[in-house]
Amino acid sequence: MTPVTTVSGRAYPWGAKNIDTDVIIPAHWLKTITRTGLGRGAFETVRAQPGNIFNDPRYAGSPILIAGDNFGCGSSREHAAWALADMGITAVIAPSFSDIFSGNAFKNGIVPVVLPQEAIDRLLEVAKDQIVTVDLETMTVTTPFQDRFTFELDAFRRQCLMEGLDEVGLTLARDTQISKFEEAVASNRPWTTVESGYASIGVEGSRRT
Amino acid sequence: MTGQGAIPPCFPAKAGTQAGLPPSRENKLPLSVTPPPSNDRKLHTTLAQHAFSVNARSIMATPQTLYEKIWAAHVVERRDDGTCLIYIDRHLVHEVTSPQAFEGLRVAGRKVRRPDLTLAVPDHNLPTTARKDAAGRVLPIADPESAQQLHALRRNTTEFGIDYIDATAAEQGIVHVVGPEQGFTLPGTTLVCGDSHTSAHGALGALAFGIGTSEVEHVLATQTLLLSQAKTMEVRVDGELGFGVSPKDVILAIIGKIGAAGGTGHVIEFTGCVIRNMSIEGRLTIANMSIEAGARAGLIAPDDTTFAYLKGRPMAPTGENWDKAVTWWRSLATDPGARYDKSVTLDAADIAPGLTWGTSPEDVVPITGFVPEPSSFADPAKQAAAQKSLDYMGLTAGTAMRDVTIQHVFIGSCTNSRIEDLRAAAAIADGRHVATGVRALVVPGSGPRQAPGRGRRARPDLHRRRIRMARTGVFDVSRDEPGQSPCGGALRFHLEP
Ligand code: SF4
Repeated sequence: MTPVTTVSGRAYPWGAKNIDTDVIIPAHWLKTITRTGLGRGAFETVRAQPGNIFNDPRYAGSPILIAGDNFGCGSSREHAAWALADMGITAVIAPSFSDIFSGNAFKNGIVPVVLPQEAIDRLLEVAKDQIVTVDLETMTVTTPFQDRFTFELDAFRRQCLMEGLDEVGLTLARDTQISKFEEAVASNRPWTTVESGYASIGVEGSRRT
Repeated sequence: MTGQGAIPPCFPAKAGTQAGLPPSRENKLPLSVTPPPSNDRKLHTTLAQHAFSVNARSIMATPQTLYEKIWAAHVVERRDDGTCLIYIDRHLVHEVTSPQAFEGLRVAGRKVRRPDLTLAVPDHNLPTTARKDAAGRVLPIADPESAQQLHALRRNTTEFGIDYIDATAAEQGIVHVVGPEQGFTLPGTTLVCGDSHTSAHGALGALAFGIGTSEVEHVLATQTLLLSQAKTMEVRVDGELGFGVSPKDVILAIIGKIGAAGGTGHVIEFTGCVIRNMSIEGRLTIANMSIEAGARAGLIAPDDTTFAYLKGRPMAPTGENWDKAVTWWRSLATDPGARYDKSVTLDAADIAPGLTWGTSPEDVVPITGFVPEPSSFADPAKQAAAQKSLDYMGLTAGTAMRDVTIQHVFIGSCTNSRIEDLRAAAAIADGRHVATGVRALVVPGSGPRQAPGRGRRARPDLHRRRIRMARTGVFDVSRDEPGQSPCGGALRFHLEP
């Protein structure tokens, strides 16, 4: 993952609320089996409308998106984060995010910045013709007009973003602890292992065939 | 849909008695706690967080909620900032959100840590038309991209040694229907799947939630997730439901009350006698849609209804393990006096059968209601959204919902396609026919041959009913195979307006 410390540039001043992942990337784009190329399908239905900001040349290639409440709600598809990343977005600023989307954003090097609605309103105004800067070091969003909004970010996730760390690798380093936990479960909650009764009813897979 | 009018009187919540089964003394924490190395990214194990140390709980004597108990029982490690490495007991995998996860494992040369706790079920891309021809040959999938994803799942599960319910297997169905039906979903477990409606499994008291593909990869490789504890919210529904009020109406009323983002950051526990008296199928509908209220997950405490449903299912524990499991499951109910971060109460008497006038699950009015005026919303963004919804739906503000013409009837999706739902629909439809100008679709959520452990052949029963519906002309289109159909939109199976 590419480390992210600051994201600075033009921002799509969108502000739309309750944007679900189907708006970010419509379901018929989900058939890929790799992670790239989804930028073409991003906001397809929005782009189909005349005068939309995603086709506005002033904002083309902006690294920041400013949205409304509950961004990324709906289906859990991670394709939403891949699509945003593929269209070059590295930070989304909104008053709130769906939990699943914000998790997916982090894992794909996109910073979900939570700011109060007043700050969003101000940024929507400024972003029409100015740049916006998101700084992970100082945890602030600033504009050329001395606006300065601070935000919060989970410390661990922030570090992963800033160092471009792979979460799977970090957890695999905890292998001993995980194994100990598994041993404890095996003796204390033995029912948790899946019953083999299943073998009788025609399931494929190399384990029980 | 079922059982209205027969709701037993509301008993006071039995929390706390829990059949008087104190946690066993042997359940002492068998782990020796190793101090973390200094460069440890501040990870350390907290003894008190381990649910094996049931003693620690009684010493602390802090009443806990169902969610807090399940959470504590799955903490592998806790970091200073409160984030925890949580063990995952059950992982359901389907073809849409997994190919890139397996791709990630392969690229990094990693293995699946616990294939035995993982179950793959292809569902989203399976057409619901016949999968075999008359001679029993498997038919190819017409859509090349669907075929590619399905093929990838099959290949990946074989390569990584994961059980896979084939498209043509009798047990195949929507992953959220299959999990409970096969007894893969168990109370008190942590269960994840790369699909938002995974919250459905919370109906059996599993802490179940949807994850993205990166997390699917993380779980495959480590059987854990790094999570921060959610806030708790109790949604209590007491009283008696009126005639024709189904579990779906209950959850829509809840979402209408708390809003589509009302549960954000919370795990909702549904309580109250309306929930207690509900069948597992009804509870699955409730928990399924907790995600539509923005919640991280929805939970319903396991009780006798849950145990009766699970007993004898193919993947459920048996013998001595079953008894031990039930003892532990009973102990999970929220303690009396436990505090939730938020509480909402609904009176069942206030819930009417609901209808939507828009495109967000919070756009609900009772059947006696009217299409709202967009200007009636305080929030300007909501006004604009409402106007857009009305344009899309072709509805005029002020129209009585009763006067809206029905064009399509769809009975299916992971929310309403269990055999109980189909039986209820069949009971209504029997002897009647679809009105002119209405197109009706029925897609069962799964296809088991047998109701496990009951010796009753559910599938032929269902099949007969479906055929009868078709023959009597009640439903002019009857799909052949279980699946998701128009719901996911992934099948390019869209209803024409
Ligand atoms: S049936 Fe529909 S709602 Fe349920 S998981 Fe499938 S696509 Fe989602």
